[in-house]
Amino acid sequence: MQIVVDLTRCQGYAQCVFLAPEVFELHGEEALLYNPAVPDDQLDRVRQAATACPVQAILLGKEVSAGAR
Amino acid sequence: MPDDLREGRIVIVGASLAGLRAAETLREEGFTGSLTVIGDEPHPPYDRPPLSKQVLLGRMAADSAALPMRRDPDAEWRLGVRATGLDPVGKQVLLADGESVTYDRLLIATGTRARPWPNADEAALDGVFTLRTRDDAGRLTKRLAAGPRRVLVIGGGFTGSEIASACRERGIEVTLAERGPGPLVGALGGTLSMLAAGLQRAHGVDLRCGVTVTALRGNGRFTGADLSDGSRIDADVCVVAMGAVRNTEWLAEAGLAAGPRGVACDAGCRAFNMYGIVTDDVFVAGDAARFPHPLFEYQMLSLEHWGNAVTQAEVAAHNMVSPEPARRPHLAVPVFWSSQFGLNIKSVGVPTFSDQVVIAQGSLDERRLVAVYGYRGRITAAVTVDMAKWLEYYQGLIETAAPFPPGPGAADGRPLVAAFPVPSNVPDPKGLFHGPTVALTGHLPDRRLTVVRPAD
Ligand SMILES: Cc1cc2nc3c(=O)[nH]c(=O)nc-3n(C[C@H](O)[C@H](O)[C@H](O)COP(=O)(O)OP(=O)(O)OC[C@H]3O[C@@H](n4cnc5c(N)ncnc54)[C@H](O)[C@@H]3O)c2cc1C
Ligand code: SF4
Repeated sequence: MQIVVDLTRCQGYAQCVFLAPEVFELHGEEALLYNPAVPDDQLDRVRQAATACPVQAILLGKEVSAGAR
Repeated sequence: MPDDLREGRIVIVGASLAGLRAAETLREEGFTGSLTVIGDEPHPPYDRPPLSKQVLLGRMAADSAALPMRRDPDAEWRLGVRATGLDPVGKQVLLADGESVTYDRLLIATGTRARPWPNADEAALDGVFTLRTRDDAGRLTKRLAAGPRRVLVIGGGFTGSEIASACRERGIEVTLAERGPGPLVGALGGTLSMLAAGLQRAHGVDLRCGVTVTALRGNGRFTGADLSDGSRIDADVCVVAMGAVRNTEWLAEAGLAAGPRGVACDAGCRAFNMYGIVTDDVFVAGDAARFPHPLFEYQMLSLEHWGNAVTQAEVAAHNMVSPEPARRPHLAVPVFWSSQFGLNIKSVGVPTFSDQVVIAQGSLDERRLVAVYGYRGRITAAVTVDMAKWLEYYQGLIETAAPFPPGPGAADGRPLVAAFPVPSNVPDPKGLFHGPTVALTGHLPDRRLTVVRPAD
């Protein structure tokens, strides 16, 4: 599964960082960095983060499958 | 065209952020016809902003930034094939492999590419890079990991500054050369450019402003560059970050208002033809589009903003499957973010559409502030540095054309930090190495009737 964070909306509340620190991290005070490719063992935590995000900025989903025609 | 707009054939050219979000929205809006997405990159849609941030820092692999789908748009993806032309009469997109695809409605979402170094021989030197695609990012990251002695970044726009930031964080020496008076000046004007320059120097960037890079040197392999002030930079990697070029050459014969500044369209994302007459079957969204915005005196805007690609794609898709009365305008206020040197910089509105700026909260010294921009007495933009929570508030002021400067206590009950607005000092982009990520491109669609000369 992949994620993308809408950083135009993200306000750096860092809920995601607390819930899934292996995927999300704050760089400095409020710049959010994250790993778009979610490891399987982090999926539950990332789902919780997506739900908890106060501005609903985290989108989780499958990528377009390669070779699709 | 079928009577029911939710049927028929829709073709999207450009398989990236805008193309994907448009495809999803078409299905969400009930489109049941056939959908084809054509993209010249061999990869499924991926996200670009991490390429100059997490990827260069070595925190994630360049090939792991695939964009998640909101839903499967059930499309035929024709990846790795370039659209080479458009026949608006026969309603066909011509492809590089000799095939063509017929459409009832077309969405142009071909975005931009990195502006190449103008001298092709110098640009071909081993060690000279641009950064736009995941393949670019993969190659550059590998070179950075090999521990170059020095990296030369040409252009102090957002991308160039983020690259310089990543280099410093990796402990690599970096020189940034900018023809204009300072980094980010083309997007944010003079005051915040001062902050950006101070920030770069404090982080050890060898910042050279007001100079032109006159030649890249090397014999097969890049070894350094000459500057217009007579100095020479010895470096083994060079990143050309001189802004973006719109991918519109494939439309040269299409009779559309398409040129180097993008494809002109109306507020409903419908493309104009070259006479300034709006079409009803060709739509544009994302970095490739140029559209009028009422908040900025209906000037045509060209944006290179992630958020705009998403919202404009959604509006375009909605309008492609909706009859006239149900169509929506794309009126979103532009929002942009960048992270560099540990700071989160965000902007709302159009900072270059301004004559004055005032620091409304925080200060340059703290490196935490809100700068508010005004044009003829009304608020047109705000930029936050590590104060993103305030962005929404100022967006409201922009949307309501609130008076500039904002009244004392406008934000959090405190008086304005600097009571005196100063000129925003937005330079003519022609004098810069970096392009602004928001460009005001005049009022009329036919203003772009320019001859397209392919850069390469
Ligand atoms: C390194 C980098 C960092 C960025 N950072 C930020 C940021 O921090 N904040 C922010 O707001 N924005 C940022 N952006 C900008 C953001 O990524 C763009 O606004 C966004 O990608 C625009 O999406 P798009 O789909 O309109 O165009 P693009 O992403 O440019 O996609 C266009 C696609 O069409 C393809 N194409 C072009 N011509 C043809 C053709 N003739 N036939 C077929 N396919 C074609 C292209 O190859 C490409 O895949 C950044 C961009 C880059 C490159
Ligand atoms: S929880 Fe949401 S708003 Fe907060 S940092 Fe994460 S993505 Fe941003």
